[in-house]
Amino acid sequence: MTRRGRRVGLPLPALLLAGVAVAFFALPLVGLLWRAPWSNAWTYLTDDAALTALRLSLVTSLCATALSIVFGVPLAWLLARVDFPGRGAVRALCLLSMVLPPVVGGVALFFALGRRGVVGQYLDEWFGVTLPFTTAGVVVAQTFVAMPFLVITVESALRQLDPRLEDASRTLGASRWYTFRRVTLPAIRPALIAGAVLSWARAFGEFGATITFAGNFPGTTQTMPLAVFLSLETNPEEAIVLALVMVAVSFAVLVGLRDRWFGAVGRPEQVAP
Amino acid sequence: MTLDARIGLRLGSLDLQVELAAHPGEVVALLGPNGAGKSTVLRCLAGLEPVDSGRVSIDGVVVDDPAADVFVEPEDRPIGFVFQDYVLFDHLTVLENVAYGMRARGVAKADARQRALEWLERFDLATYSRQRPGALSGGQAQRVALARALATNPRLLLLDEPLAALDVGTRAAVRRDLRQHLASFDGMRLVVTHDPVDAHALADRVVVLEAGRVVQTGTLAEVTAHPRTRYVADLVGVNLITGDVVDGVLTTPTGARVVIADAAAGPALATIRPHSVLLVRGDATGSSARNSWPGTIVDIDRLGERVRVVIIGELPLTAEITAAALDELQLRLGDRVHASVKATDIEVTPA
Repeated sequence: MTRRGRRVGLPLPALLLAGVAVAFFALPLVGLLWRAPWSNAWTYLTDDAALTALRLSLVTSLCATALSIVFGVPLAWLLARVDFPGRGAVRALCLLSMVLPPVVGGVALFFALGRRGVVGQYLDEWFGVTLPFTTAGVVVAQTFVAMPFLVITVESALRQLDPRLEDASRTLGASRWYTFRRVTLPAIRPALIAGAVLSWARAFGEFGATITFAGNFPGTTQTMPLAVFLSLETNPEEAIVLALVMVAVSFAVLVGLRDRWFGAVGRPEQVAP
Repeated sequence: MTLDARIGLRLGSLDLQVELAAHPGEVVALLGPNGAGKSTVLRCLAGLEPVDSGRVSIDGVVVDDPAADVFVEPEDRPIGFVFQDYVLFDHLTVLENVAYGMRARGVAKADARQRALEWLERFDLATYSRQRPGALSGGQAQRVALARALATNPRLLLLDEPLAALDVGTRAAVRRDLRQHLASFDGMRLVVTHDPVDAHALADRVVVLEAGRVVQTGTLAEVTAHPRTRYVADLVGVNLITGDVVDGVLTTPTGARVVIADAAAGPALATIRPHSVLLVRGDATGSSARNSWPGTIVDIDRLGERVRVVIIGELPLTAEITAAALDELQLRLGDRVHASVKATDIEVTPA
């Protein structure tokens, strides 16, 4: 009876196709594991350069996630709640970096924030701040590609949230800001967590924009993806080990992002009748 | 110490032009079909929807007047709002829901929780204080919503379809409960509903809204006797008779007996649609109706092709007949008639 119950609703062709999809994602991982130089793995792992790259990756990706939340949540709120002319265009602009090749994003950032860039020249002149080829530049590049994931997730949750929850809060004497902190944020928390994790994953794996905008300097801008790419040419065995480290970290985080968070994204609050 | 509102607002296809007043201690029901703008009126009074034109004042304080560039934010108005489906905060416990308004107004946490607990006790909800609203029944959720709104000590209480989310089985009990709780609040109360039974049970005065306009105001009895529009006549202007049911007979406080088809016993509210009332001169024997009451015509009101005839007697009733039937029967003010109604034409709801 249990077997029967489990099979209900999943036609065989869909099951087969889904199986192919799982295999498609699993096989490259198997390939990595297959070719991994297990006997030398520990040496590569404890290598100073590798550890430096991993630390840099973790620090910059977390910074990028924090920036994505700080700026992305208000942006999502603006897109979801404020009906202004050109909202569609603004949304497209803010999500553009999701579809843009990261290298193009990096080049564009360079022209904008580089030492001779539109804004960058003033940053340099007035504040003495240079972003390209610095760790801060890495964070900027990562934020640029990662924030849209947070914005799109949170905006969707805000759209599905019953606006009367906020109305109820206002009629109870709460200001807009108190309402946002005490009603809106808790209600969209699952989406916020999911969006933050997606952003972090994107920032952690970021390569193209980083190498274009921030370069590839060990210790300051050489993140894990860059280190993997570099060692592919010099030492493929090391590249595989570093790649597996990235896989392990990302996999652990995504597993941590449990179904319930995905499942609860944007579900409107409901009161049982 | 009153509510005084002139509301002009265009919102999508709704064109709202409404004048409304309420006095302390009074319960006003805002009745009307879906889309008439009832809820929007409440939202305007609460400040959730600024008016385009007009003026809203609560207790002598102008809270919205676009001409004078005055707009008071919802959180600064002396109002309580009970939303349709209650809109409780699911991420907070029942106690935190009730304490929310006080916390938002800066009351210290321990103090707010203590006062919230007192409110819950008053509403027989103390045992649910630690639960999430999702675990409550419809009636309990409504009481929480009411306690949450009253806990901020409002002068004007706005209730949007407070009974619409309930199933028929619990509705009567919750309605009775709500009436008691509303009676214990001395401010102004405005209840939006589309059900004349609710209006009868809860309100002193009704304001009937149709397509963004007030078409009639008065007591429900006045509106029933003289409906000004077809909607009012069909849906609002019904005979509502309270009494006690024993063995399929409802007895009114004045002693009139109404035979009903419903078996439910206890206090009940019978609804008789005026067009179900048959009028004959003299004696009603020979009719298949089991209910027949003698009375005197005190009012005749024409509304197009239909005529409302108001009868007083053992059971005061409003009948609706065609203009042709009125001519045929040659009914005049002061005539003696028998009014009869088939038992199956009487709807009964527990009161």
